[in-house]
Amino acid sequence: MASYNMNQVRTGLKVLESGEPNVIISCDFIKPGKGQAFTRVKMRNLLNGRVNEKTYKPGDLLEGADVIETSMQYLYTDGEHWFFMNPDTYDQVEADASALGGAEQWIKEEDICNVTLWNGHPILVAAPNFVTREVVETDPGLKGDTSSGGNKPAKLETGAVVKVPLFIQTGESIRVDTRTGEYVSRGKT
Amino acid sequence: MTGDAAEWRPTAGLAALKRRAAMLAELRAFFAERSVLEVETPLLSAETTLDLHLEPLSSRVDAPGVERGRMYLQTSPELAMKRLLAAGSGSIYQVCKAFRGGERGRWHNPEFTILEWYRVGWDVHRLMREVAALIETLLAGSHRLEPAVYASYADLLRRHAGVDPYDASTEALRQAVEDTPSPVDTGGLDRDDLLSRLFGERVEPRFAPDRVTVVYDYPATQAAMAQLNVSDPRTAERFEAYVGEIELANGYGELCDPTEQRQRLERDLESRRRTGRPLPPVPSRFLAALESGLPSCAGVALGFDRLLGLALGAGSIEELISFPVERA
Repeated sequence: MASYNMNQVRTGLKVLESGEPNVIISCDFIKPGKGQAFTRVKMRNLLNGRVNEKTYKPGDLLEGADVIETSMQYLYTDGEHWFFMNPDTYDQVEADASALGGAEQWIKEEDICNVTLWNGHPILVAAPNFVTREVVETDPGLKGDTSSGGNKPAKLETGAVVKVPLFIQTGESIRVDTRTGEYVSRGKT
Repeated sequence: MTGDAAEWRPTAGLAALKRRAAMLAELRAFFAERSVLEVETPLLSAETTLDLHLEPLSSRVDAPGVERGRMYLQTSPELAMKRLLAAGSGSIYQVCKAFRGGERGRWHNPEFTILEWYRVGWDVHRLMREVAALIETLLAGSHRLEPAVYASYADLLRRHAGVDPYDASTEALRQAVEDTPSPVDTGGLDRDDLLSRLFGERVEPRFAPDRVTVVYDYPATQAAMAQLNVSDPRTAERFEAYVGEIELANGYGELCDPTEQRQRLERDLESRRRTGRPLPPVPSRFLAALESGLPSCAGVALGFDRLLGLALGAGSIEELISFPVERA
């Protein structure tokens, strides 16, 4: 991969720091009137999500990280790994639980997910922003109550538990925002 | 910034342009009231700074009577203004453009506006108070500042970074820098680089946003063009003024001794040679002025754009200058 000097670093650049892929979230040029210039870089580790700050000297170089984001189709899980396929090349990759980071409770076979690959291996899998899923378990609500603001937990076919209005029944499909885990509406029937 | 159709547009709004004009009028009134003479000196000169950490921009000049083809855009008007002082100008000020290659960031643009002034017969502490007064006056329209605070460089480092800039071992300074929230690979950094990093990470963030903080008695190794303190030659008569973390001004009890000045310039040149930096000529007209006699004086340079930024509560220098370097 290419190396970047301090005039080339910018927000969004993916670089290696201590051997791990990071995305730069901000960089700041620091230069006292009388003194050496530095560049202060804030970056997020793509493996663990942690934000770190480091300062670099003008001659320092940052090594680029081979990180790409791509759309892949979810195929299946064996309970330990989740398998995804590039719909154009049919190449398959397997992601582990840390890459899924909770996405596994939303996704269903054939969903198109946003997968971040580092050197070809998935390090981050994002569920589609909105999914429609069947409710497999919820307390029977009060029939006809469509107005009151109350809610109850409902378990979805993919495993997630979300709060739903009282009128939602087992067997219905609902639309959920996977980023917040919130109920959006009744699903299309 | 990408190449788009809006690139012809200024990045500063009309309110900023108006405030700039008003602030320039206020600063001229400030100096008129104090009988300090406004002067102009060349932006383009055959002589420039040799400061290791400044990168002068240069241009080839072809004109009848020009001895050297290469001339430099000033990094500050210091050399030329001291020639005026040596010629008997009395106290003077100038507000003009200065240029520093390689400097671009939130509060840096390679071309910027500088205010520089000299007080003949004043000591550095008197000038420090005038700097605070000028900042308070020019910000009066937007901020009611608390009275300025004054602290020595060494006291601040001891208090906030837990190191003594003179007694701490270089290893201890290295460790202290590596322990900051934004560590740097300290290889190749000298003592002053390490101190400067510690000052930036541990001390500057402590400065109150609602008052001027003046830091004085910088280490002699960072004296630049300040004379050393007679009472403690480990320190120099150099100060800086801040509001919050924003470094606004840098001033000196000026070094008038031509022999000492020549030695410092030669040391700077040697450091430049050693680190493979460009080697501008030794500023001989400036040195000749010192030899003819620079009156005892104190002088200071202030970043005018940053002061304007404080007045407007701006988040970056783009909001203050019509066309930053990417659109110039």
